[in-house]
Amino acid sequence: MGRYIFRRIGQGLIVIFGVVSVVFVVTRIVGDPAKVMLPLTATDAQRAAFDHQLGLDKPLFVQYGDFWNGIFHGNFGESYVRKQSALHVALTYLPATLELVFVGMAFAGLLAVTIGVLAALRPGRLLDRAVTFFSLIGLSLPQFWLGLLLIILFGVKLGWFPVSGRQGASAIVLPAIALAAPTVGRTAMVVRSSMIDELNKQYVLTAEAKGLGAWRRIGVHTLRNALAPAVTLFGWDVVRALAGFDVVVEVVFGWTGIGHLAYDSILGQDFTQLQAIVILVAIIVVVINIAMDFIYKLIDPRVKVGA
Amino acid sequence: MSDAIAVVDESKGRRDTAAPLLEIDRLRVDFVLRRGVVHAVRAASLQIHPGESVALVGESGSGKSVTALAAMGLLKLPGKICGGDIRWKGDTLLGAAGASRLRAVRGKRLSIVFQDPMTSLNPLFTVGVQLTEVLRRHLGMNRAQANVRAAELLDLVGISSPHERLKQYPHEFSGGMRQRALIAMSLACEPELLIADEPTTALDVTIQAQILELIADIRDRLGLAVLMITHDLGVVAGLCQRVCVMYAGKIVEEGPIDAMFADPRHPYTRGLLASTPRPDSVAERLTGIPGNPPAMDAPPAGCAFAERCTQRIEQCDSHDPVLVQADAGRKLACWHSN
Amino acid sequence: MAGAVLVQDQAAPGTGQKRRSVLRVLGSGLRELWGDKAGFFGLLIVAMFVFVALFAPMLTPHNPSAQVLADRLTPPVWEHGGSMSHILGTDQLGRDILSRVIYGSRLSLLVGVSVVVIAGAVGTTVGLVSGYFGGRVDGLIMRVVDTQGAFPGLLLALLILAAVGPSVRTVILVLCLDGWLMYARVARGTVLSLRQTAYVEAAEIIGCRPRRVMFRHVAPNLTSPVLTVAVLEFARIILAEAVLSFLGLGVQPPQMSWGLEIAEGQDFVYSAWWLVTFPGIAIAVTVLGVNMFASWLRVAADPQEREKRFAASAGTFGGGI
Repeated sequence: MGRYIFRRIGQGLIVIFGVVSVVFVVTRIVGDPAKVMLPLTATDAQRAAFDHQLGLDKPLFVQYGDFWNGIFHGNFGESYVRKQSALHVALTYLPATLELVFVGMAFAGLLAVTIGVLAALRPGRLLDRAVTFFSLIGLSLPQFWLGLLLIILFGVKLGWFPVSGRQGASAIVLPAIALAAPTVGRTAMVVRSSMIDELNKQYVLTAEAKGLGAWRRIGVHTLRNALAPAVTLFGWDVVRALAGFDVVVEVVFGWTGIGHLAYDSILGQDFTQLQAIVILVAIIVVVINIAMDFIYKLIDPRVKVGA
Repeated sequence: MSDAIAVVDESKGRRDTAAPLLEIDRLRVDFVLRRGVVHAVRAASLQIHPGESVALVGESGSGKSVTALAAMGLLKLPGKICGGDIRWKGDTLLGAAGASRLRAVRGKRLSIVFQDPMTSLNPLFTVGVQLTEVLRRHLGMNRAQANVRAAELLDLVGISSPHERLKQYPHEFSGGMRQRALIAMSLACEPELLIADEPTTALDVTIQAQILELIADIRDRLGLAVLMITHDLGVVAGLCQRVCVMYAGKIVEEGPIDAMFADPRHPYTRGLLASTPRPDSVAERLTGIPGNPPAMDAPPAGCAFAERCTQRIEQCDSHDPVLVQADAGRKLACWHSN
Repeated sequence: MAGAVLVQDQAAPGTGQKRRSVLRVLGSGLRELWGDKAGFFGLLIVAMFVFVALFAPMLTPHNPSAQVLADRLTPPVWEHGGSMSHILGTDQLGRDILSRVIYGSRLSLLVGVSVVVIAGAVGTTVGLVSGYFGGRVDGLIMRVVDTQGAFPGLLLALLILAAVGPSVRTVILVLCLDGWLMYARVARGTVLSLRQTAYVEAAEIIGCRPRRVMFRHVAPNLTSPVLTVAVLEFARIILAEAVLSFLGLGVQPPQMSWGLEIAEGQDFVYSAWWLVTFPGIAIAVTVLGVNMFASWLRVAADPQEREKRFAASAGTFGGGI
């Protein structure tokens, strides 16, 4: 167990190393910070001063070392726009995002498992067809567009929910739905098909032969087996939501989380801020992946930790 | 349908002493597939009385496992019961009327052990959980009581250190051990009838003998009836009193085991015996039955065995022989019996 | 050499038979597709999408870039104030929405096909090599795949696009960087299971060189799983491109993209709903079509699944007693 955790954290460090390196390469070599951060009218002297101030006139490997050194000391640089520690700014925006992702994904997971199981009980019947169809729709709608539709319908026309911002508890409903939609579709389809597979297995027949009730057979025996593949996929979706789709949902709904901050940083060419966000999210993603491994292990005892 | 009526008339005359535990009466099972309707079981009848051990013998595809599944109410689409009846102590287990009876009986009074112990256990739950859930459901035991009883059951089926074993997962069990655990589950509520659907096919030869011994031993100790489904007549010999031979979805011969072995009358039974190694005739060469069983989506109008039969006469191709009383306790479906 | 000649001789008649059976399979495939209405309409939508994208200049009623400020924000024809000349209305600069939606399909198709082809080729090859050679090569490649799989993909893509500057080429590049993983995983998994099969072992035993075994015996079996992934990925790429363009990091005006149209129309959500609605419907319908086709493909590739589906439908209609 100890060795496993050690190895998993080691893998996580490799991921973070990779992400930091990519961030470094992208911002320092492919892009030209002076060009994007200074106004077009800046003189060569101003550019040189800027480069010197950020250490951009040093050799690349020295810059790379400095970059790492900063990260080790919790110094992700200073937000160019806000004139504050980029890490600090990112951390203040983080809770809103975690809240949105948690609510959205919890909703997605519960709904997907419920409808996936119901559909699998009678494959080919009306309910199954409806679930399959709406799942396909869910994962085919662009989230930003779905968000806009939800705003027009429930925010503007019906006035049930706030159109934008984070005022009040009901504000989270629409963005959470928009964030959850593709995950509901994808997860429901996986739950459905793995439920159908599992329901055809011999152990389910054994359970029925033992005279167990439907709830015990389907809700306990079969579901646990069917959840194993769904959990892996769901984990990827949580990561995808956190490390991407959340940006577009937050932008559409004016949800001031880390995704919105990332978007603002792109518009404002605030690269220090953006790289702090990317690295921070990478760390969270590593943590989520480890957590998912443990959940998988809880579901399937055959998976040996450390294997 | 004339054949079925004949069977009923005949059986009514004979069986009025005690109602059979399980009675399969002119059962028909169809599988609706893309390539056509497969008639897996075609008016097969079978009775098992309390404490009796019956063997249902036939090659793969003859419909014997389907019959067992149907009896347990475990038939799944595309399989469907489309005729006949299944009765438990005289009352039907089919339809809306039978559903509640089936619920009360299945897993408690009537239980089954399947062929493949490797897939018959849920891989994600401990053996203990899978064993105690039967006790808790049918006998209303609490967790502690069920655990005690579960350990006794594992002990009964010859699993050592049962308390530790209960906490293990199926993948920590060997094939033979799993089959023992499954037998323990089927015995949990002390059933009156145990259906064993080729319980040894998936096991090593040495383990096979152990499992058969175990079933015989438990049968004697608990006095339960056994329906042993197998393609191997060797398995039947030491264990059962009566044999039913199934071919192409029908019972073609039935009788006490000694009489059947000594004097097989149906050509198929004879072929089956000739292809089974027997301890009393070591020198004899084993002979197979030439040809294959008919395709069950279009069974022949006459006797299904005619194609492969050495004693085929004209009548065999046009008319299907009916299972009729031959002599004491024996039944036969062959034109040569008349 | 004699062996090689013999093999060729045997292969020659086999090819003719193969072609005939391919035709038969295609025919029965189409018939089955018609049986599964969702799959059929999926394919129909995909075909229409490709057709519209290819022949956009002939299909558009107006020049999609022509601004007629007098006609700005004309509603669709069925709304009050709509006109037949702009069936789906006009945008804030008086450009015809229908024409812009039609042209927008070209970019989706371009990006989708480019990424699927490039990422698919790279990913499949990597997976094939990784699965076939196993051992250290496999370990290293899978470590890379796993590591990259844990990257915050879209966020990193945004960073790259912001740093390098948005353009169609960068969008394709960024989506390829993220897209090859899936193919590698699927190809490797299939190869690993194939390696155990008798005929691959047989090919190795009679002394086929690894490259021959890989490309002649193993690779053809990848077609079905990789194709299914490719179709699904195509849908995902169209969505991803729309997201990037919506955020202003994808295609730049005056080029046209559905995502970009929605971003531009967003400011008029309350007054002119049609600006965001129609490009959105275009994305949704296209992606839905691709997904429906993909899910049919997955079922069709699995004989067991087909049998079950048939049994279920027979159970619905067929009577029993």
